[in-house]
Amino acid sequence: MSRAALLLLADGRFPAGGHAHSGGVEAAVAHKAVHDTPSLEAFCRGRLHTTGLTAAALAAAAAAGVDPLLLDDAADARTPVPALRAVARRLGRQMMRAARATFPSEDLELLAAARPQGAHQPIVLGLAARAAGLHPLDAAYTVAYESVGGPATAAVRLLSLDPLDASGLLARLGPETNHVAQAAADAATRALTEGLDALPSASSPLLDITGEQHATWTARLFAS
Amino acid sequence: MHLDHSQPHEHTPSISATRPDGSRRALRVGLGGPVGSGKTATVAALCRTLRDTWPIAVVTNDIYTREDAEFLRREAVLPPERITAVETGACPHTAIRDDISANLEAVEHLETTLHPLDLVLIESGGDNLTATFSKGLVDVQIFVIDVASGDDIPRKGGPGITTADLLLINKTDLAPHVGADLDTMAMDAKRQRGDLPVIFTSLTTDDGIRDVADWVTGHLAQWRTGATA
Repeated sequence: MSRAALLLLADGRFPAGGHAHSGGVEAAVAHKAVHDTPSLEAFCRGRLHTTGLTAAALAAAAAAGVDPLLLDDAADARTPVPALRAVARRLGRQMMRAARATFPSEDLELLAAARPQGAHQPIVLGLAARAAGLHPLDAAYTVAYESVGGPATAAVRLLSLDPLDASGLLARLGPETNHVAQAAADAATRALTEGLDALPSASSPLLDITGEQHATWTARLFAS
Repeated sequence: MHLDHSQPHEHTPSISATRPDGSRRALRVGLGGPVGSGKTATVAALCRTLRDTWPIAVVTNDIYTREDAEFLRREAVLPPERITAVETGACPHTAIRDDISANLEAVEHLETTLHPLDLVLIESGGDNLTATFSKGLVDVQIFVIDVASGDDIPRKGGPGITTADLLLINKTDLAPHVGADLDTMAMDAKRQRGDLPVIFTSLTTDDGIRDVADWVTGHLAQWRTGATA
């Protein structure tokens, strides 16, 4: 595998639109659920083990060669609210643009043609990882890390938190991130033989509810 | 991995000057500059002046609210479906320079739904003097400053002042009230920009946008004939 490609794909500066999304933390800040470093850490931990795990497994399965269109349906089934489905597809379109320019592959072209309005972002990322010669576990790591890295960065901007505290928080979540990425990759391996039901379907109802509400705000910094 | 692949579907790289059907896509003009310098007013005035001649759409990048998009809709400078707002995650310069994907999405959506479009205006959220548009997003860019924010701004320079295809120095009607020296601003701008154009505007006067509209029209005409804008 190409470790350099993994770093490129996982870099927050990879131009795939993620910078404008808070992973639900903007709504959580508004509800005072996240207000300091410990509450941000709790939020990130919760997100990692729910939507983070689910999305990481979808990415790993795509990287492992599971049919991306079936995975796209599975992602819809695991994303109950319309607002977050729309976000996932919008980010999927943006990831597709970046991935096609960075790691061109026939798989990406086929998915782009089949889903012109965008596939769920983790699936596109998984195919990008596959095109870059990365393993399913790498794709899972990328998504699991972003599931906490995104909200942590957004919270720094929203709450003027010390960025060093945010980095420390992400480091403390490292062992759990490792665990989630491995569990996601294992599930993806099982999905190859057992079918898509082997993929996790953890979700966070509160993130779903506040995500739907956030989409209706007229004043906000982040798109989600 | 093969890097010379064609781009048969959606999501084509932004730099392509043509649509998938081979026709020339809309000219994309970026408008950037500090908060309150008059970017939205400039966009509104351009729309009013050019909308009867060219099919236009607008993308706004508000920092916090959808205020700029709402203003343009309220002023009815264009029908509402021709105005789209993009969120920037507290970083307007990232959305127009470092990661332009959300803006490209918005532009392409407008081009698809409002085909044919000749001109797309992309307004940045108010930012600092270093905020410039990526060449992957716009074909030409206008940087808007105003005399009331200090007549030393052209002297300070920065990528917006020095490299924009057009520098607008707005609100000249306020110059006597704030003690701004327009001659000094013009000299400093000339020193920073060499031969790149500078236009002084006052949008409170009738047709104060005329010179800017002519500049845009000139680029549009060039663009449509296939010359480099």
